[in-house]
Amino acid sequence: MNSLNNDTMLQEDRDIETSIFEKNSILRISDLNVYAGKHHILKNINLEIPKNKITVLLGPSGCGKTTLLKCINKLTDLYKELAVTGHIFIEDEDILNTSKNIPSIRQKMGLLSQRPYPLPVSIYKNVAYGIKLKGIRDKKLIEYNAEKHLKEVGLWEEVKNRLNSPATSLSIGQQQRLCLARGLAVKPRIILADEPTSALDPISSKIIEDLFKQLKRHYTIIFVTHVLRQATRIADNVVFMDNGEIIEQGNPNELFKNPKSVKLKEYLVDGN
Amino acid sequence: MNRRKIIEENIFRFLSGFATYSLIAVLAFIIVIIFVKGFNALSLDMITKTPSGGYYYGGEGGVLNAIVGSLYIAMGATLISIFIGMPAALYLNVHLIRKKRIQNTIRYFLDTLWGIPSIVYGAFGFILMLYLGMNASLIAGIITVALLITPIMVRTFDEVLSTIPKGLHEASLALGSTNAETAFKIMFKQGFSGFITAVLLAFGRGIGDAASVLFTAGYTDLIPINLDEPAATLPLAIFFQLGSPIPEVRERAFAAAAILTIIILIISLAARFISKRYSRTNIK
Repeated sequence: MNSLNNDTMLQEDRDIETSIFEKNSILRISDLNVYAGKHHILKNINLEIPKNKITVLLGPSGCGKTTLLKCINKLTDLYKELAVTGHIFIEDEDILNTSKNIPSIRQKMGLLSQRPYPLPVSIYKNVAYGIKLKGIRDKKLIEYNAEKHLKEVGLWEEVKNRLNSPATSLSIGQQQRLCLARGLAVKPRIILADEPTSALDPISSKIIEDLFKQLKRHYTIIFVTHVLRQATRIADNVVFMDNGEIIEQGNPNELFKNPKSVKLKEYLVDGN
Repeated sequence: MNRRKIIEENIFRFLSGFATYSLIAVLAFIIVIIFVKGFNALSLDMITKTPSGGYYYGGEGGVLNAIVGSLYIAMGATLISIFIGMPAALYLNVHLIRKKRIQNTIRYFLDTLWGIPSIVYGAFGFILMLYLGMNASLIAGIITVALLITPIMVRTFDEVLSTIPKGLHEASLALGSTNAETAFKIMFKQGFSGFITAVLLAFGRGIGDAASVLFTAGYTDLIPINLDEPAATLPLAIFFQLGSPIPEVRERAFAAAAILTIIILIISLAARFISKRYSRTNIK
């Protein structure tokens, strides 16, 4: 029974990898507009997110980066004041205009928020929760996967002797990695990271950054930050936003060396 | 700090301290009065025997009938209010998260229900009982008390749930949990200490209320065996005995009050213990 389930899991892993490598972009946003009452928060966003790359959404606070992220996993549904129009295609499915159930859409991506929100249970149960959401009930398989995902985020060695301790007993940096492991357990294709290092010390931040550089082999990462140096360190692709609009985008080396817009030039000057 | 600020600080510390400790003093005073006045009547018989003939004129017996009746009614009503109140509070905070206007309207109605005097619930329960052709009974008392305490349960639990960080709610949904999973697995776990407080408050109100059970549960010297039999309650036992011209019977009223207070203290302690034990994994 176990080996059968293992085989199924491995097959699923392979399927995910094959589908990821089939095309160059995994997510396409077209004509996305978001209004909060009279305020136009996101203006005509058109964007393609390349697969297995780290795309950094860069821009000053309040420019709409987080709102864009929340549109992608439909958390905007929680805010009555937000009206969203346009299209977001994930693997050719328009998730904004679909009758498909929202949890299954959200499981295509994992979310890391500004500060970690571990579930109010033990370290082990946090990861197990994500695995169980995929319908896995076999205890051995859950244990196997929990260990796999904790190793994936480099947390296993630190927590293997205290798996039943509350998740809140971990440091903030460890909690953030636990949240990442929990997200990976749902087998997402995309990782959405909303300034995930803003509450962390420099060492924990570096661990997270290095982790993302490794994880991009298997996942597509959209990373929101307002820190220019962080963008330079990790980005394969930078999308610079200001005032709800995409101002410029491209390879970080070229973009930062030869900024075309005045706004990016100013941001680079201030940021450095 | 200048002299004026120091004086100001000391005055406010004194006033705040006085307000706080005077509340505790009231509790201490109530407990002392009850125990001093009821001390002579407190005996094993009080809690192990039902009233025998002539008990209300100073005869043999105890208030076991009222202790058991009160526990039955309060536990039954609390159980019903958990089944109604827990999902209602979770629904308010998870499913209706976007619908602020509906949320606020429901909260307003619940607050109104909370504020309705218990005698009105008693009268309502009595009319309902007559309409259904029931007699004063344990079940009628349980239902009436459940009506009385459910709004307390919902609003208390709701207040705690509404303080849960939105980030946790979002984190759960972002994982692909359904609303039901978010409500019952995540929000309930995080709000568990509030849930225990809600249960305790509801139970305490239920066991201590006299007016709602006056017409609905009736009164009897026997311990109820079935739901359709009348049941005695401690608040009514206190009420009936306190009005007696016989000093021994009045002493027993205070002894019954002491028993009621002890029950509430025990439940309060147990609830604190449970909620502390289960909230150690809570996020801060």
